[in-house]
Amino acid sequence: MNRRNFLSSSLIAAGVPLVGQYHGVSWAAPSPVLAGAAAVDSNMLNNTPYKNLLLLIELKGANDGLNTVIPYTDPEYAKLRPRIAIASDQVIKISDREGLHPSLNPLMSLWQNNELAVVQGVGYPVPNLSHFRSIDIWDTASKSEEYLDAGWLARTFAAAPVPRQFAADGVVVGSSNMGPLSGVGVRSITLADTQQFLRQAKLAQPKGDERNAALKHIMSVENEIVHAASKLNTNYQFKTEFPKSGFGNQVRTAAQMVASNAGMATIRLTLGSFDTHAGQLGTHANLLKELAEGISAFKAAMLELNRWDSTMVMTYSEFGRRPKENQSGGTDHGTASAHFVTGGRVNGGLYGQAPQLNRLDGSGNLAFAVDFRSLYASVIDQWWTGDATKILHGRFEKLPLLKT
Amino acid sequence: MKKISLAGNAICQFRTNHAARFAFGVMATVGLLLAGPSNAQVSAQSSAQSSAQTGAQTGAQGAKQNSAMGVDDARHLLSRVGFAASNADIQAFAKMTRFEAADQLVRGATSVAVTPALPWVDDLPLSPAKRQTMSREENQAELRRNNERTFELRDWWFREMLSTPSPLTEKMTLFWHNHFATSQQKVRFAAYIYRQNTLLRRNALGNFANMLHEMSRDPAMLIYLDGANSRKQQPNENFGREVMELFTLGEGNYTEKDIKEVARAFTGWSIDRETGQFMFRKAAHDYGDKTIFGKTGNFEGDQVLDMILNRPETAQFITRKLWREFVSPEPDEKEVRRLASIFQASGYNIGKLMRLILSSDAFYTPDNRATLIKSPVEFVVGTLKTFDIDAPNLRPFVLSAALLGQNVFAPPNVKGWPGGEAWINTATLLGRKQLLDRLFRNEDRMEVTMRAMDDMAARMGEAGQALGPPGKEGRMVRQMERSMGGIKWNLDAWSQRFVEQRGPNANNAMQDMTRVVLAIPPQAVPQTAAQTPGLTLASAAADPSSPTMNKPADWARRLVADPAYQLK
Repeated sequence: MNRRNFLSSSLIAAGVPLVGQYHGVSWAAPSPVLAGAAAVDSNMLNNTPYKNLLLLIELKGANDGLNTVIPYTDPEYAKLRPRIAIASDQVIKISDREGLHPSLNPLMSLWQNNELAVVQGVGYPVPNLSHFRSIDIWDTASKSEEYLDAGWLARTFAAAPVPRQFAADGVVVGSSNMGPLSGVGVRSITLADTQQFLRQAKLAQPKGDERNAALKHIMSVENEIVHAASKLNTNYQFKTEFPKSGFGNQVRTAAQMVASNAGMATIRLTLGSFDTHAGQLGTHANLLKELAEGISAFKAAMLELNRWDSTMVMTYSEFGRRPKENQSGGTDHGTASAHFVTGGRVNGGLYGQAPQLNRLDGSGNLAFAVDFRSLYASVIDQWWTGDATKILHGRFEKLPLLKT
Repeated sequence: MKKISLAGNAICQFRTNHAARFAFGVMATVGLLLAGPSNAQVSAQSSAQSSAQTGAQTGAQGAKQNSAMGVDDARHLLSRVGFAASNADIQAFAKMTRFEAADQLVRGATSVAVTPALPWVDDLPLSPAKRQTMSREENQAELRRNNERTFELRDWWFREMLSTPSPLTEKMTLFWHNHFATSQQKVRFAAYIYRQNTLLRRNALGNFANMLHEMSRDPAMLIYLDGANSRKQQPNENFGREVMELFTLGEGNYTEKDIKEVARAFTGWSIDRETGQFMFRKAAHDYGDKTIFGKTGNFEGDQVLDMILNRPETAQFITRKLWREFVSPEPDEKEVRRLASIFQASGYNIGKLMRLILSSDAFYTPDNRATLIKSPVEFVVGTLKTFDIDAPNLRPFVLSAALLGQNVFAPPNVKGWPGGEAWINTATLLGRKQLLDRLFRNEDRMEVTMRAMDDMAARMGEAGQALGPPGKEGRMVRQMERSMGGIKWNLDAWSQRFVEQRGPNANNAMQDMTRVVLAIPPQAVPQTAAQTPGLTLASAAADPSSPTMNKPADWARRLVADPAYQLK
């Protein structure tokens, strides 16, 4: 069918949009955006542990920890990676043993400020090498063979609720998957762009009967949308310049959220794909550059808002990649990996354990040194003064990530 | 296996008895079915009475079982057993009693798809010898081919859902797909996924015991739960655990020791990698004694399944899950136990259980209307079907459902989709609304729908786990955009039909349309109450200034915007 036929066959009369007015009768939500009317009361913000913001960055597809934090003096490293090892003269040295990938140069000011924690060997026992299953394990903080329904942040907020006045418990930027925020009862919103969200939020129908649990749930989600939209705005003009990349846009969106002063305990961004099975070098360098520039811009924006001291940025990923490169100039699925934690009050330095390249397991993968749930425990206990043992269903050694 | 095939025969006999459809004789059949083969001497009348008495409601409800159900009950039934309730179907079912309706649905259920199978479904897997000689690039090409074929299979299944004469069959197939959740992302070979889907459809309303035995030999399942490589020396416990936790007994009804022993009984259940068929590898099987549920013997897999099926918890677990799918989120435990005992006594005749569920008072009680949230597949397929939207290419809708959280053949894990309230969060609710908004807007349909997909994809960013391995999302979104053309749909004509059927009485037409679109009357309250005191269906219709009288299409738009549109 050609276009002309198509048009003539769909004789849709001009009418009204879904939301709007019928002869002066409006039947759906008016624009929920009331600029300036909705910032969170500053007292309230000061009296909750959730004044401390957690910005999570998912490195989707499994980041190669070994080419991120590089054991540049270990002879095994170059041996395992004849094609894709980063030459030691390229590495940005942060100790006499470890160095950062050259693309991570924008993070060096954080490192020099002693506010960049580099945690090596993060993983878990009996690792699962499926992207889907392993990120499920990270998101729900489950054991390898255990299936949990709710994400670890959902459980955290269920145990110690985020103030209702907050725009949302959490905001997911640039992904439809709620990840650690999955779970019934979490007030989370997801968006790619603040303006677009505010436009779409007009489709929400915030009022209605709640005759049964299903309808009640839908109405509460409709309300979450409208509630969040009423508190968010893009009024603040940043002096910070954000990187002109997809991830840079996510960082800008996150910064706008914070600038709205609308209240939210956590924001999650997603960068990827790090699933570098082939031709890894270029792809990986670009992704790390985006990551480092993004984090650096976020810091600048938070400093501008006087929020850097109440911000913690943490990366995570389903697993690392195999130490030995493959035949395609890439790396296959691995286990333990390195992650970053940073923020105005973060105690910079090296944590965990450098990769033991001469002690790989049967499938050529690294042993882990820090259980990923130790990072979560540090966030829950130290950043939010919660009860990590209860939420994580077990006791995990906390890292001294915060300056005392 | 032997004792099970008896029940299978029984259902075949019922199926051959087509003549009784609307005849008086149908009651006798229903009576037999209610009583179960073991109680065949019980008369139709007394079993109907006992059913009425044990039901949650009494009196009027009981009486209603023997009279025509009427349009509201018919709508409720059709929306639960299918993807949409057309006006014609509602009118036809309204004349039947609950028993007749349930009987017709189950009796008329097909077990084979009407959509022609895709050309590659009988392909054999690559032999191990061939695989060894393949380069990395060839392996990747093979993987891509299977991923694309799985998308073709999703298109095919959506087509089947839209065109089947037996929507209940597809609802049940979807239910069993979620029950025996298996993901192509691990299985890889698309033809295995197709074969599992036909297994589910063949048994959808057949015999659960047969289905469980067949499923335990199914290549996709053997790969997904690692049974194919489970050997005596190293039994893999994955299948052993899930067969009890998720497929039959439910958590808490077995021990960790049982899992280990059950795993031993299934060692050697594998796949012939040349033919792609089930293969029992004797050398890998553990012939030693196993102790399961306190009994010791040289049990092998089929015996273990029968031991599991002999436990009432299995029948209860399945009945409870069907209740949550078809009746309400909160099963009535007493009713579940009653139904489950009949189910078990029948040798796990699913059709029989569904007849009982679909004619029960609990199913029809007003409290249980609109209590279930549509899954993304139900939402997307239901919208296409309800509004007669003719899409020559279903890929954009397959991808929409995936973006909304349900990518068939790729459940998140072996537990399947959590479902229920978990279907709806801010992302998916706005995603649903946005899809509707663009579909129902009065613009160039192709243009706007393309833009809708574009926006939705942008908003959802990379669509997370729904769409396969990381990095593939962009390609899928582009594919979605390209294939949006050719959708034929005329909302005005669709809406006008209700007016034409009802003559000048707009109120009747609006009621008909509302009944077709929503499970309960609209829930959204107008924002400016002063201007529209208690705007209801009736008052809107009575008000000549209301646009709904002049423009039926606007009424349709209003209905899909209502929160109740998310419910069934």
